[in-house]
Amino acid sequence: MSQRETLNGKLPGGAFLGRALHRIGLRGRGLVIAIPVLWLFLFFLLPFLVVAKISLSEAAIARPPYLPLWNWDDGFLNITLNFGNYLFLFDDPLYLSAYIESVKIAAVSTVITLLVGYPMAYLIARSAPDTRNILLMLVILPFWTSFLLRVYAWIGFLKGNGIINNILMKIGLINEPLVMLQTDFAVYIGIVYTYLPFMILPLFANLVKLDQSYLEASADLGARPITTFFTVTLPLSASGIIAGCMLVFIPAVGEFVIPALLGGPDTLMIGRVLWNEFFSNRDWPIASAVAIVMLVVLVIPIMLLRKAQAAEAEVQ
Amino acid sequence: MKTILTTCAVLALGAGNALAEGELNVYNWSDYIAEDTIANFEAETGIKVNYDVFDSNEVLEAKMLTGSSGYDVVVPSIEFMARQAQAGVFAKIDKEALSNYGNLDPQILEILAVNDPDNTHGVPYMMFTTGLGYNVKAVSERIDAEKIGSWDMVFDPETAAKLADCGIAVLDSPSEIMAPALNYLGIDPNSEDKADLEKATDLLLSVRPHIRYFHSSQYINDLANGDICVSVGYSGDVLQARDRAAEANQGVEVAYAIPKEGGQVGFDMLAIPDDAPNAANALKFIDYILRPEVAAAVTNYVYYANPNTAATEFVDDEVRNDPGIYPSKEVQANLFSLRPHTPRYDRSLTRAWTTIKTGQ
Repeated sequence: MSQRETLNGKLPGGAFLGRALHRIGLRGRGLVIAIPVLWLFLFFLLPFLVVAKISLSEAAIARPPYLPLWNWDDGFLNITLNFGNYLFLFDDPLYLSAYIESVKIAAVSTVITLLVGYPMAYLIARSAPDTRNILLMLVILPFWTSFLLRVYAWIGFLKGNGIINNILMKIGLINEPLVMLQTDFAVYIGIVYTYLPFMILPLFANLVKLDQSYLEASADLGARPITTFFTVTLPLSASGIIAGCMLVFIPAVGEFVIPALLGGPDTLMIGRVLWNEFFSNRDWPIASAVAIVMLVVLVIPIMLLRKAQAAEAEVQ
Repeated sequence: MKTILTTCAVLALGAGNALAEGELNVYNWSDYIAEDTIANFEAETGIKVNYDVFDSNEVLEAKMLTGSSGYDVVVPSIEFMARQAQAGVFAKIDKEALSNYGNLDPQILEILAVNDPDNTHGVPYMMFTTGLGYNVKAVSERIDAEKIGSWDMVFDPETAAKLADCGIAVLDSPSEIMAPALNYLGIDPNSEDKADLEKATDLLLSVRPHIRYFHSSQYINDLANGDICVSVGYSGDVLQARDRAAEANQGVEVAYAIPKEGGQVGFDMLAIPDDAPNAANALKFIDYILRPEVAAAVTNYVYYANPNTAATEFVDDEVRNDPGIYPSKEVQANLFSLRPHTPRYDRSLTRAWTTIKTGQ
């Protein structure tokens, strides 16, 4: 035993680390997987557990503003779990309608993004390689400006005294400025605008791989382009559509900045309810409960989707 | 060449000072200090100031209760400061270290001591009233002269309906809107009674369709640009909008009124978090603000009255004689101040506020 340790000590650092990892059963494949697992543990599971812990506590004017979950009392460990926060969410219809409204706004935005993004991705995938790179660059270019600034720019476009209204009034289409800012309409514009690249990129990656010979075969067999599109292209790009929709839908449900800046006071979204619980009520436990429920609301469709995909893979 | 060398030397000296004197992190309300106050303080003391702004007491409180905010000086309103002090988030103010403390109006200190016994945790910075800012032309075209400058502009459905098309904005601060609503109904603005809250909620719901948005700082620009015509707002902010409108010269004239039914008078306090990394510099900054010339310069710039008796002689006549900034005795008699809320009431209040904003 001691001899082996000396031997290990003499080895160069890398090999020593490799052997140490080997000893605890990690090698090759396992090591590669271990890194993302560790990442998820540190930055997803751990924060999630902290939030779950706070959601079972009780609010108080203190620092931090909630009561501790456990305390030692005369050698007894007292654990107080307060499930009241979750019951409270079901008691008050506000939370349910905020969840429904968020899912609705996110779903409608996702459909619009898909309708706008699909033709764009299709055209980019079909264009000559040189043009294609320029077009892709143009899709990514807005990311070089801060997201917040781009949303602010929309305020300048949409407000009563803004660019769109001024142009429409100049050319005499309208007499009174249209109320566009602080409406749900502005929220849809903001979400579709912001998340469009997340729809285009996965769709493009999928469509660019589409084998042209399928389309030729379809044409040879007498299908018109429109039939070819719906029977060949669309089904083959299903995985791109699903990936794009997920990338848009999931962050849009929890969106706070866009409804806060562009939405009206009656745009009820879960992001704003969370903000209110945290900043106006200073009630961290309820805020945490809202966040956990939102996660559950999002996890269910993702699980269903994965199940559907797995079933599909099995059939193939 | 010589100038360049001198500049370099000065810069080097400045940098040296900054290192020796350290930093100071200030968290203040937006548009709430003179343009040159921070620069002057830095030049005089060599302390490097990081200046950051907020626009609601609730946000500040959330940061204070989280802890480790990193700020050395924060500016809560008195009723919020009193409550946070109970949670032990503020250091005691060492008044001995403040050579200019004697400049403060003893009467005001006495009023503040009701919420902060012995003025332990805060030094008053500025005083404000919450009232109505409006676009003179747009409003007089739409409603009777007697209604102008009355809470009717926001709380009376008939009057508010006439103003809806040119835009009504309301502070996104439940406590500062419910209090005048209660007062308008002839109820004690500090009432925590559930039935009273319901009455005020109903009042606000009745005018809700006519309110364009709830926000606590956007109205400054919007009033000045003519994007809205009425806003419930803080005195100095509305007066700043008045100035911006005059500067822009686009035909927008903004005025401020403390409504005749009465409005809220509030005090914002300079306080030092107990975990402030640069507490000694924080005291230096507070003492600097208490200098008569400095306090007067802030008042002249932001149009909020200061509680500094010695500063009054340095305040511009135009500012001192503006009834929107220094209210007359009769108006003062109608003003009310807010008391700290219990957490239970806060929840009902926020819930009522969500109902008002979203109709849910």
